Amino acid sequence: MAKVISSSEFQSEVLESNVPVLVDFFATWCGPCKMVAPILDEVAEEVDGKAKVYKVDVDQSPDLAQRYSVMSVPTMIVFENGQIKKTSMGAQPKQGLLALLD
Amino acid sequence: MSTQEKHFDVAVIGQGPAGMTASLYTARSGLSTASFERMGPGGQMTDTEQLDNYPGFADGVSAFELAFAMSGQAARFGAQTVGEEVVELQLDASPKKIVTASGAAYTADAVILAMGAEPRPLGVEREGELAGRGVSYCATCDGGFFRDKAVAVVGGGNTAVGDVLYLARICSEVHLIHRRDALRADAVYTEPLRELSNLTMHLDSVVDALHDEEGKLSGLTLRNVKTDEASEIDVAGMFVAVGTAPKNALLAGAGLELDRGGYVVSDETGKTNIPGVFVAGDLRTKPLRQVSTAVGDGANAAQSAFEFLSLS
Repeated sequence: MAKVISSSEFQSEVLESNVPVLVDFFATWCGPCKMVAPILDEVAEEVDGKAKVYKVDVDQSPDLAQRYSVMSVPTMIVFENGQIKKTSMGAQPKQGLLALLD
Repeated sequence: MSTQEKHFDVAVIGQGPAGMTASLYTARSGLSTASFERMGPGGQMTDTEQLDNYPGFADGVSAFELAFAMSGQAARFGAQTVGEEVVELQLDASPKKIVTASGAAYTADAVILAMGAEPRPLGVEREGELAGRGVSYCATCDGGFFRDKAVAVVGGGNTAVGDVLYLARICSEVHLIHRRDALRADAVYTEPLRELSNLTMHLDSVVDALHDEEGKLSGLTLRNVKTDEASEIDVAGMFVAVGTAPKNALLAGAGLELDRGGYVVSDETGKTNIPGVFVAGDLRTKPLRQVSTAVGDGANAAQSAFEFLSLS
């Protein structure tokens, strides 16, 4: 399961993570976000141990959405050692999401 | 999975309303059915918040709920979802071959193409670079990021005007830009435009250039196509709604007949020029692309596939 995290957890779970983290910036009202949700869960399971997958609700955490200039949902950002490594806009098939973590 | 299990009577490509209806009908008629989908059920339907023109729901229906209901209904009769992107189709082979992104290969005696269509880009310079940085193709997805800001909608059809009506509720100003002197949208969409106090219409106008500040869209240069006069507007968002393009990338090389726009040529039976290959939904040549016409296509294509398999 890709867990939804809050702004207060972001520092420890994402920026200080010792493995790459894929973060899905989503909104509860966005159709493509709902579509990609079960795929993210599969990806989370598949990469378990090597990488992590989290979700950020842009309405619950507008500060994070603003900090990372998220203007479209879903936006996927891969963080490595606290830095942005890749950004990808829109829902994507599983292989595409796995490729972001390569 | 053994090779044996990878053969199906029918392979349906795409889980939009056309594909899901086709799967429901083929599975229900006893044909083994594989339903391929790269993401989740719904297709373009899920770009819409609520459907008000799909019959049977007096108060409208959530597009997402309808998509999952259609998917569940096809599954109830045994349609098997293959949740992978199809990367190769061999339509002229016998049996027909379907290869997915993980390299798995499937075969089927009949294929129903239901990949649908996708929003067409405007074709203005820097559009790709600013996509997701102010340029959007889905107002209901991204409108929320432009709360109390000025935005533009480009297009003149139902989607464009629907976007204007949605955005006018949340944005400070909405500019509607259309290259002709009148909108194409139906009256049911255009009537409510008169009530909007924060709408500015730019008819006979095209977008000539996009401007940014720190990598985010900040404004547009418009040009009046009749007077050739240029003007500038400050907007943080531009929503493109200039029609759709068929998702036909997998179809090259098979000898499938496409029309000038790239849609698969077929009448309402869904039969194409290749025996055993059928088409349903937005991918087909047709005058009206709606959920309600897609489901009709799905049923017809399934029936044609059933007849084809009964005779062969």
